[in-house]
Amino acid sequence: MRLTLHIWRQKAPTARGGKGDFEKYEVNDVSEHMSFLEMLDVLNERLETEGKDPIAFEHDCREGICGSCGFVINGSAHGPVPRTTVCQLHMRSFKDGDELVLEPWRARAFPILRDLIVDRSSFDRIIQAGGYVSTNTGSAPEANSVPVTKDSADRAMDAAACIGCGACVAMCPNASASLFTAAKVAHLNLLPQGQPERLIRTEKMVLQMDAEGFGHCTNHGDCSAVCPKGISVINIAQMNREYIEATLFSSPREGDTGDGA
Amino acid sequence: MSLPPNKIPTGPIDKAWTDRKFSMKLVNPANRRKYTVIVVGSGLAGASAAASLGELGYNVHCFCFQDSPRRAHSIAAQGGINAAKNYQNDGDSVYRLFYDTVKGGDFRAREANVYRLAEVSVNIIDQAVAQGVPFAREYGGLLANRSFGGAQVSRTFYARGQTGQQLLLGAYSALERQIAKGTVKMHPRTEMLDLVVVDGRARGIVVRDLTTGAISSYVADAVCLGTGGYGNAFYLSTNAKGCNVTAAWRASKRGAYFANPCFTQIHPTCIPVAGSYQSKLTLMSESLRNDGRVWVPKDPANCGKHPSEIAEADRDYYLERKYPSFGNLSPRDIASRAAKEACDDGRGVGPMVEGVRRGVYLDFADAIQRIGKAAVAEKYGNLFEMYQRITGEDPYEVPMRMYPAVHYTMGGLWVDYQLQSTIPGLFVIGEANFSDHGANRLGASALMQGLADGYFVLPFTLADYLAGVKPDGMATTHSAFRAVEGEVVAKNDKLLSIRGKRTVDSFHRELGLLMWDKCGMARTEEGLDEALQRIPALREEFWQNVTVSGSGAELNQSLEKAGRVADFLEFGEVMCLDARTRAESCGGHFRTEFQDEGEAKRNDAEYSHVSAWQYTGVGNAPVLHKEALEFNYVHPVTRSYK
Ligand SMILES: Cc1cc2nc3c(=O)[nH]c(=O)nc-3n(C[C@H](O)[C@H](O)[C@H](O)COP(=O)(O)OP(=O)(O)OC[C@H]3O[C@@H](n4cnc5c(N)ncnc54)[C@H](O)[C@@H]3O)c2cc1C
Ligand code: FES
Repeated sequence: MRLTLHIWRQKAPTARGGKGDFEKYEVNDVSEHMSFLEMLDVLNERLETEGKDPIAFEHDCREGICGSCGFVINGSAHGPVPRTTVCQLHMRSFKDGDELVLEPWRARAFPILRDLIVDRSSFDRIIQAGGYVSTNTGSAPEANSVPVTKDSADRAMDAAACIGCGACVAMCPNASASLFTAAKVAHLNLLPQGQPERLIRTEKMVLQMDAEGFGHCTNHGDCSAVCPKGISVINIAQMNREYIEATLFSSPREGDTGDGA
Repeated sequence: MSLPPNKIPTGPIDKAWTDRKFSMKLVNPANRRKYTVIVVGSGLAGASAAASLGELGYNVHCFCFQDSPRRAHSIAAQGGINAAKNYQNDGDSVYRLFYDTVKGGDFRAREANVYRLAEVSVNIIDQAVAQGVPFAREYGGLLANRSFGGAQVSRTFYARGQTGQQLLLGAYSALERQIAKGTVKMHPRTEMLDLVVVDGRARGIVVRDLTTGAISSYVADAVCLGTGGYGNAFYLSTNAKGCNVTAAWRASKRGAYFANPCFTQIHPTCIPVAGSYQSKLTLMSESLRNDGRVWVPKDPANCGKHPSEIAEADRDYYLERKYPSFGNLSPRDIASRAAKEACDDGRGVGPMVEGVRRGVYLDFADAIQRIGKAAVAEKYGNLFEMYQRITGEDPYEVPMRMYPAVHYTMGGLWVDYQLQSTIPGLFVIGEANFSDHGANRLGASALMQGLADGYFVLPFTLADYLAGVKPDGMATTHSAFRAVEGEVVAKNDKLLSIRGKRTVDSFHRELGLLMWDKCGMARTEEGLDEALQRIPALREEFWQNVTVSGSGAELNQSLEKAGRVADFLEFGEVMCLDARTRAESCGGHFRTEFQDEGEAKRNDAEYSHVSAWQYTGVGNAPVLHKEALEFNYVHPVTRSYK
């Protein structure tokens, strides 16, 4: 099949004043068995042999699990197929003559680095604020000494399946990171191991999310609809409840609740 | 320099690690922050090491090339992690896990290392659970297990089909906690391009900031590499696209010996190649073989038919036929070779790619009948979905098509029992070292090894080393750092200046195809000789005709790839030379000349050793050093899974 692509090209990072624009590319001989990124590989090889800069896009595992890849195709994060990262999207989802617009995630907290690549380090800082159980190596009790109900384990796993790609932020009209943050809060708060730090974790992670410049959640639900792992919006409601509880019963301190290092 | 002593403890193997831990030196808690340690890599090995060292109070710098440490390739591991907990009361023990791993490795691993691995395996599960890793559970709330290839007990812990993801997120959260505390400084999007050795000791690294392109150096009292495996030497593999040999190879060029480079693992169940644009291969977890049955048509004439049209009597369930006691759960090397044989025999299935059908069926019809579609979906649903997304076929209706693909590299930098390479102060952990899996790795044991090294071995052995050296305030202004930085800049400049006609990927594909043909599932002396002729020629062409666009002072993915492929073009030669030199078949290394009706024929009299290669210059023959292997507990026998 033949496709026309309009791709966001930006050489310098936004943080250093870089500006970008769309450029048009025609690609022929696209096989329906190719993945979307393989289609871009073929285009990039052509650009390189012509001495032009290839299109920069992030990717690594190409199996839908590392969360590296992601850009917006015709207004939809990761493209048209639900529950599918762009690295797992195949060209059989498109048809001859399609015109596609490819642009990076757009959010204040995700400044563009180049072309379709954005800086998502704000996600790491949200985890640093409390997305862990304070347990040093070597201090763990025997694994089966704390039973976990299958239901809690399963629900924790549902939330822990988040790959941190950022599609939720890209699709949220407020560029909120609530789904990402809530998924990590839920994963840990659902387990007995996460209980001692339940409230302080929630409070600190929510505050960090705000500090990074993400917007607030106003219940649109677009985040969950585009999430390649189907993380549920229920997690956000739960996080909000726990946040209120936390602001009533705890006050965030400097450092964390674990022992100092 | 001949190989340094391997520092394996003497005395009974079940006491060896405990005794060694007691005899090693410690660093006083108040002194730890005076020591700087560099950890390159944030996979299971690197993240667990960096977090644990941070908790202990060392001043740690951790590096990865991805945008976040959470994206290291370990994230992709699906099936599970082994541990000798014996929760299923089915006869498992530390000794049995040790035994299975030594045998599974076809008697080419060190007994003492493997024993230690089995011993600490139980602590890993405890640690992960405490971090909140949501392993699968039974209704009673206790941990569930499943079985994996090469074992007759059920000792594999798992988190759906995302075990690596969950274990890595556990290690990553511990790492982020230390970053917040300031004990670890994280450097994402930063690639190590060289090792700096001063007065015979590893003292730091030279890196490139992948966003700005800036080249700079970091000094430390010790350097630890957890940089993963080199499966992408074959271009197509199940590894993430960024996996590479650069850190390990450049360390090797600075004096670290490379051990058993030809020991690579081919995984039997991957989605077959669909076309020439293919950029990577997707693994389907080995756990599928618990319920899926592998078959091909008995008669090549039936290969083009729809599987439903092939009668039961006309199918060859070749693993069940050849290996009745392990059947579909035979170890990876054996299952892979059997698939290749069936296809070479003209009995492969699926579309013709370049004139051959390369695929075998993995069929769930019986399982669906036995336990129902819902139960199959509960166990494998996400894998079935993944398969369907990629191939467009529904495995509940049509059997999956599978073919072997490069998956894991047992070879790696040589390390002693303390995980120290031949360069003092350079430690190597996880897939990047060579030590625990011999010539074949059993499923669910790489995650175990990475975390064992990082959480429970390195923190002790590194302290023992650091206790013997004094922080000396060395700075990156030292001439040794300046010199190496200069070499790194010159190499990148050279890559950017060629402006030839062929893309980096086209060279990588050509090398990969050559490696797969000549140094893949079956190797011959003749084929390896041919590869040893062709690789240097390809390398020469690369340095004259490659095109790398852009500049060094910006985010430049072509330049990143070019540096990695340049290294594969040197390293591939050592892989082939190692395969050529090891004139026996063992585990994943199958030399066609040495077999008993298709089964690998080991030659213990001549090859019961580790081959450690010393670099002597590009294109020059490396020097081979041998470390003899001793088996005092598990007596080498012909590995039989019949
Ligand atoms: C698809 C798949 C499924 C698997 N499933 C299983 C399984 O079920 N069970 C099992 O036990 N094993 C499994 N394995 C194997 C296992 O996942 C790996 O062997 C293991 O995770 C490797 O961990 P590591 O920490 O050594 O390296 P990696 O996770 O590969 O991490 C390497 C790190 O080094 C960094 N790095 C590399 N080079 C540089 C450089 N030059 N500069 C800076 N940073 C660098 C990377 O950024 C990364 O952080 C699987 C492997 C694959 C491919
Ligand atoms: S490249 Fe890893 S999720 Fe897409």
